[in-house]
Amino acid sequence: MIELQDICKTFYLGDQAVHALDHVNLKVEPGDYLSVMGPSGSGKSTLLNMLGLLDRPDRGKYFLSGTDTVELGEKQRAELRSNFIGFVFQAYHLIPRLTARENIELPLMLAGVAPSQRRQLSEEVLERLAIEDRAHHLPKQLSGGQRQRVAIARAIVRKPEILLADEPTGNLDSRSGKEVVDTLEQLNCEGITLFIVTHDADLGARADRQIKMMDGAIARELNNNQGAA
Amino acid sequence: MIRVMDIIHYSWQALSRHRFRSSMALLSMALGVASVVVLTALGEGARRFVLGEFAFLGKDILVMLPGKKETTGGMPPLTGTASRDITLQDLELLVRRTAAIKDVAPLIIGSAEVSYLQRSREILVMGSNSAFLELRQLRLAQGRNIETVETFSGSDECIIGQKVRTELFGGKAAIGSWLRVASYRCRVVGILEGRGDAMGMDLSDTVILPVSQAQQLFNSPGMFRVLIRIRPGYDIPSAKTRITELMKELHQGEEDITLVSPDSLLAAFDEILVAMTLGVGAIGVISLLVAGILIMNVTLISVSQRNAEIGLLKALGARSSDVQQLFLVEALMITAIGTLVGLAAGLALILLVATLLPGMSFSPPPWALVSAVLVALLFGLLFSWAPAKRASALLPINALQKK
Repeated sequence: MIELQDICKTFYLGDQAVHALDHVNLKVEPGDYLSVMGPSGSGKSTLLNMLGLLDRPDRGKYFLSGTDTVELGEKQRAELRSNFIGFVFQAYHLIPRLTARENIELPLMLAGVAPSQRRQLSEEVLERLAIEDRAHHLPKQLSGGQRQRVAIARAIVRKPEILLADEPTGNLDSRSGKEVVDTLEQLNCEGITLFIVTHDADLGARADRQIKMMDGAIARELNNNQGAA
Repeated sequence: MIRVMDIIHYSWQALSRHRFRSSMALLSMALGVASVVVLTALGEGARRFVLGEFAFLGKDILVMLPGKKETTGGMPPLTGTASRDITLQDLELLVRRTAAIKDVAPLIIGSAEVSYLQRSREILVMGSNSAFLELRQLRLAQGRNIETVETFSGSDECIIGQKVRTELFGGKAAIGSWLRVASYRCRVVGILEGRGDAMGMDLSDTVILPVSQAQQLFNSPGMFRVLIRIRPGYDIPSAKTRITELMKELHQGEEDITLVSPDSLLAAFDEILVAMTLGVGAIGVISLLVAGILIMNVTLISVSQRNAEIGLLKALGARSSDVQQLFLVEALMITAIGTLVGLAAGLALILLVATLLPGMSFSPPPWALVSAVLVALLFGLLFSWAPAKRASALLPINALQKK
């Protein structure tokens, strides 16, 4: 379903070239649960952004459901993001002026879904994430855990096939972090392909496939079911 | 594709979040629109006022002035000075030899001391004939017109304005009283109705004498103006040509008069006054331009402050065109509301001025209202285009990472 072929991405800091992704190859099947770990600057977030079509590689191919996304225009990539991918960010990225429900309905609004249907879908995810009593609260009125649950609700309200979570527990206390991870894993059990970028070794170890990044390359992949690759 | 109502709702929420900033941009647009409305209303009011001043002349009336525009250059002579006077003899011949002429009212103007018993005033004295009142569309409140014969000579009669009556006669009866005009005495036979302001002349503060008497009084054989009414069924341009030729013949082949028809006069003034209205309207458009620049700045600030939001929207599936649309609608909402507020404020101000100055007719021309709205919306759109485009061009990853 997801296949990265020889993906390279280089950033320039003045004259210095930084190889954020260096000939990365990766195949992911639907429903896989992957964690991406590595030190800061190893390229894990760049990999996640690449997978989420937020960034383009300098070279290589990225196939999503058989389509080479690198060649696609911005409009088609936006459509793929809308239909296939959900994002959960460390900093939540909730819009402060919108209520929890409005934040959750944002992807639906952008997709042109009618208000009545939006309401129905947002009710479902609000209930599922046990934050229905916070629907009319602004982000500043929510705790960190609640904010992240709103962000997860927003990420899954379009029923995406892939969920990309960048340090989802990074700003949370351990209890809230555990709740968030449990929720993400529950979604994975229901068939969503889950990527988690994390510094947390314990969290990373929970994934079926653990990818260790180093200097922009996949240094090691550990498969909980099959051992190291 | 985002639904229109959702775009409006989302943009409104974004504007509400920055009330002060949005209000300032809105206020600038409102001031711009209001200034266009008020300035063009003043211009239009001035135009109507001036044109109204000429309205006393019918379309079948020609005004003859001594002097020729082409020979003197520039504007037609206003003082009545020319190499050769227009005399009463000229006019007698003119009437006799031009079938197209129905009536002629010669006019001599001067200033003289007018007194009754112990009261006296230095006022405008006009010499004309019995046709003058009708040609100038003046009415009498009391009494009758002065009587003049075909040779323009008349008896010692005069008509006075309302102000002269009040100032000199007070509560006494004026009709039949003898008035002294410099060294000349005349019997008041009529009193003009109303104020009768026209072309800067206050006809309520004037005395009208038979022209022959005014000639003697001012020792002036030449006419200041001559009003000529053309007989119905006669072509005005042909009559103009005939009169010009005849006057040329009477003046030994020299074409030294100017004939003005009210239509051409009005057209010339109208042109000037419309240009003036456009000029003041353009000043208002400059305020709209400034407002447009302010809206551009506000949109730019909004874009730079909301980079993360733009990145998020793109991550959630918004296309570049969606992002551009959202920012354009925000700017257009400020523009549209500002325009409505400006229109209302401008019209309210005009209403206030109209109440304070009931004599003047202030109202913006419809084209100015339509133009103000269209130009405001156009400026709003044009000036927010570039910032909105900049927002739409942001790469989602860069936008998300910006603080």
